[in-house]
Amino acid sequence: MASIDIESVRKSYGPVSVLHGVDLAIKDGEFIVLVGPSGCGKSTLLRMIAGLEEVTGGEIRISGNRVNDLAPKDRDIAMVFQSYALYPHMSVADNMSYSLRLRKTAKDKIASAVSSAATKLGLDPLLERRPKALSGGQRQRVAMGRAIVRQPKAFLFDEPLSNLDARLREQMRAEIKKLHADLKATSIYVTHDQIEAMTLADRIVAMHGGVVQQVGTPLELYDTPANLFVAGFIGSPGMNFLEGRYVKTGEGAGVRLSDGTVVPVAPRAGLAPETTVTLGIRPEHVVIAKDGMLEATVDLVEPTGFGIILHLSLHGLPFKIFTLDRDALSAGPTVRVDFPQKHLHVFDETGSRAD
Amino acid sequence: MKSRSLLLTGAHRLAILAYVVFALFPLFWLLKVSVTPNDLLYSEGVRMWPSRMTFEHFNFVIAHSAFPTFFKNSLIVSGATAVVVTVLASLSGYALSRFSFRAKYWIVALMLITQMFPLVMLVAPIFKMLSPLGLTNSLTGLVIVYSAFNVPFATFLMQSFFDGIPKDLEEAAMIDGATQFIAFRQIILPLTLPGIAATLGFVFTAAWSELLFALMLISGNDAATFPVGLLTFVSKFSVDFGQMMAAGVLALIPACLFFLLIQRYLVQGLTAGAVKG
Amino acid sequence: MMHQPMKHNRPPMMKRIADASEPYLYSAPALILIVAVMLVPLVVGISYAFRDIQLLNPFSGGFVGLDHFRALGQDQAFYGALRNTLWWTGASVFLQFTFGLILALLLDKPFYGRGLVQALVFLPWAVPSFLAGLNWAWLFNPVIGPLPHWFYALGLMDEPHNILSDPHLAMWGPIAANVWWGIPFFAITLLAALQAIPRDLYEAASIDGAGPVQRFWSITLPFLAPTIAITVLLRTVWISNFADLIVVMTNGGPADRTQIVASYIFTQAFKRLDFGYASAIALVLLALLLVYSMLIVLLRQTMLNKG
Repeated sequence: MASIDIESVRKSYGPVSVLHGVDLAIKDGEFIVLVGPSGCGKSTLLRMIAGLEEVTGGEIRISGNRVNDLAPKDRDIAMVFQSYALYPHMSVADNMSYSLRLRKTAKDKIASAVSSAATKLGLDPLLERRPKALSGGQRQRVAMGRAIVRQPKAFLFDEPLSNLDARLREQMRAEIKKLHADLKATSIYVTHDQIEAMTLADRIVAMHGGVVQQVGTPLELYDTPANLFVAGFIGSPGMNFLEGRYVKTGEGAGVRLSDGTVVPVAPRAGLAPETTVTLGIRPEHVVIAKDGMLEATVDLVEPTGFGIILHLSLHGLPFKIFTLDRDALSAGPTVRVDFPQKHLHVFDETGSRAD
Repeated sequence: MKSRSLLLTGAHRLAILAYVVFALFPLFWLLKVSVTPNDLLYSEGVRMWPSRMTFEHFNFVIAHSAFPTFFKNSLIVSGATAVVVTVLASLSGYALSRFSFRAKYWIVALMLITQMFPLVMLVAPIFKMLSPLGLTNSLTGLVIVYSAFNVPFATFLMQSFFDGIPKDLEEAAMIDGATQFIAFRQIILPLTLPGIAATLGFVFTAAWSELLFALMLISGNDAATFPVGLLTFVSKFSVDFGQMMAAGVLALIPACLFFLLIQRYLVQGLTAGAVKG
Repeated sequence: MMHQPMKHNRPPMMKRIADASEPYLYSAPALILIVAVMLVPLVVGISYAFRDIQLLNPFSGGFVGLDHFRALGQDQAFYGALRNTLWWTGASVFLQFTFGLILALLLDKPFYGRGLVQALVFLPWAVPSFLAGLNWAWLFNPVIGPLPHWFYALGLMDEPHNILSDPHLAMWGPIAANVWWGIPFFAITLLAALQAIPRDLYEAASIDGAGPVQRFWSITLPFLAPTIAITVLLRTVWISNFADLIVVMTNGGPADRTQIVASYIFTQAFKRLDFGYASAIALVLLALLLVYSMLIVLLRQTMLNKG
C-alpha cells in the first residue's frame, strides 16, 4: 500500500491545456473519487497516475518516489477500465493471473492468489470461461479480480460501473466498498456519477475545466460546497439558484430578489452591501407553507415513488422542490414556499462560497 | 401486389443465377476439357460434358512433365512471400495504428505512391540490380521482389485490423506489467489472427498469380514458377489442350482453397484497405 | 522498484530516445524493403530513360539525353498503344463497375444460400490472372472453346472463328476476361459500402413514402458515392497498368491491335531487351497517370467547393 502525491501536475496536448496544475495528497489506504462532467480532466489525471499519459509538468510520487518517467509496468498499480479490457482470448483464470505470470511468480503462488481472489468475488465457477461467455456484471468482477490478485500499491478505477444497468451498478458499488474495507488499499476512482462519488469516497475531488474545485469528504461537499459548480454538481435533483443582491437589514442581512422580496440570511462578513450574489437552496430543504414568503407556479409534478419532485416557476425561472409529503401530489396551480435560513448558501460574484 | 413481389423475387433469383453461371462457366470448361479424352476433344467440341471421362492428362502432367517442379517453386515463393510480408506488415501496420509520430504522414504517403505507379516501370531496373547479386533466376530474388510489392497494401490491411482492437487492451497489459512489445505479441497479435489469415491469403494469391516479373527474372525450368511454366508450355506445345487445362486446374487449386478459407475476412479487410487507399 | 528522485522535469535522455524511436523500429523493416526494391529502382528507372541501356550490348550505357523521347514522338506503335490503353481501360472499368454494382445490389438482399452464392461469384477474383487469360483464350478458340460456335449459332459470326486473331475484335477478348476477373473486386467493395448504410434510413424513407427507385437515388447512391469515386479512380490506374491478360492472350497482336502501353513497355524490355527505351515509355506513362490523378483530385475539389 502506498501514498500518492500529486504536485502542480499539468497536462497539455500541443497548445491545448487540459489540466492546469493539480495538487493532491492521497493518504495510504484512502479511497479518493475524482468526479466531474466529461472533459473535466479527471480521466486524464488518472491515466497520468497510471503512466498511460505523459506528464507535461509537475510531479507524481507513489510512496514518495517520483514516477513521472516510469513505465506503467514499473509503477506497481492496478487499473479497472470502463470497458473492462479483459483479454478475449484468455480464460478468466488466465486473465487474472496474467500480471503474475509476467512477473514470473511461482506457479503455486499464482494458483493460490487467483483462487483467493476468485472466492472473494464469487468467480470460482467461472474460472475456465472466456470473457465472451460472461455477463456484464461478471466481466466487471473479473476486471476487479485481475486488479486484486497482485496486491498492487494502488487501485485505479476508470468509470468501472458506467456500462452496467442501474440495479447492477448499485450492487457492484456496494461490493467495491466492501472490498475496499477489506483490502484497505489506496484507491482512486473516476466517475461522472455524483451518487457513486458520495457513496464510495473517503474524500471527493470535484473537478471542472481542468481545475480542482473542491476536495473534501462527501458531506463537506454536500453541506458546504465551495462554489457554484460544486453546489450544482453534487446532489440530485440539483440545487436551486436565485440571483439577487446582498443587503443589510435591521435584524441582520438578506438577499433581495428581482421582485423586491428580501430573503433573510445570516450576515456574511466578506460581502459588501448591494453586491450581486447567488442564493442556493437544495430542493429537499425548501418548505411548502401556506404563508410562505414566495409564490411559485407549479409546472409539473413528478412522483418518484420514494418522494415527489415539484417543478416550479419562480420569477419565471425553473425551481425544484423535493418532498416526502404525498399531499404535494395535488399541489397547484401555485404554492407558497419558505427557505429555512440554515440551509441557504450564498455565493459571491465570482461564484465562490461566502460565509 | 402479391404477384408483383413474386415476380421481383423471381427476377432477383434469375439474375443471381446468371452471375453464378457467368462466374463458374470458364472454370467449369477448364475442368471439362481436362477430363476429356483426346479422341473426343474435337468430335464433342461443344458438349457440356464428355461421354467418357479420363484422368490421363492429370497423370501425364504430374508424372511426365516439369509441372511438379513449377508447382513446388510457386508454393515456395508464394508461401515465403506471404510469411515475410505478413510479419513485416504486422509490425508496420501496428506502428501506423497505435503510434502518432512525425514521419507517419510520410510513410503513409510513400506507401500510397507505390500503389499508384506502374510496376512495369520497375522491370528493367530491378533486373539490372538483381543480376549482379545473382538473384535473377532465383526463387529468393522473386521472394524479395514480391514481398516489397505486397508490403504496402498488406500494411494498410493489417492497420485496419489493428484499428479494430480497443487500445484499452494494451493499456491493461502494460499496467499488468508488459512492455509495449510484449503487449503487442501476447495480447494484440492473437486477437488479430483473422487479419493475419486474410493477409497471408491475399499475399499468397497475389504472389501465386504474378507473371511479368517472373517471366523477366526467371529463365529455364529449374526456378520457373507455375505461370512461367504454363506459359512456356503453351507457346511450345500449343496443341495438347487436355494437358494444359489439367495443369491449369492444378494451378487453380491452392489459390481457390486459400480464397474460400479466408473469403469472409478478406471482404472485411479489403474494404477497409480500399477505402483508405 | 527504487527510483532516484529527480528535480528536473524533462524525462531522462535515454527514455526519450527509446520512446521516440519505437514506432520507427516497428516500421523500419517494411520501409527498408520498399525503399530498396521499389523506390531506388524507380529512380534508377527514371535515369535509364535518358541512357542507352541494352542488355545484350556491352557498349551501351551512355547518356543519350532526350533521344528516347524523340524516338517515342515518332513511334506510331506507341500512339497506337496509347489509343488502345484508353479503349482497354475505359471499357474494362465501365463494364466491371456496372456489373459489379448490380451484383452488389443483388447480394445486398438477404436470401437463402447467400453465403455460398457470394463465395461462388467472387471466385473468379481468386483465379490467377495468367490463368484467367489462358482460360478465356481457350474459350474463344473455336477448336476447343464453345464461344465461337455459340456466336455462330446466334448469327453473330459467318463462321466460328477466333476473335483474338481478328484485328477489329481482338481487344474484346482481353476485355471480356478482365471484366470476368474484375467484377468481384467492385462487387466486394460496393457490397461492404452498401452494408454500412444504416438500415433505419431506408425504413424512414419508406415511411415517408419513397419507392424503391427513389430510395436508390436519394439514399443508396449518395452513400456509395465516395466509395465509387475512390475505387473507380484506383481501378482505372491499376487496369491501365495491367498487362498480364494481354501478354497471355494476344501478346499485343494481331498487328499491335491489342498492344497497350504497359504491355508495350514489357515487350520492349523483355523481347528487345532495350531497357532505356522501355524506361522512357514508362516515364511517359507515369506522367500521364499523374496528370490523370491530378485532374481527378482537382475535379473533386471543385465539386466539393460547389457543393
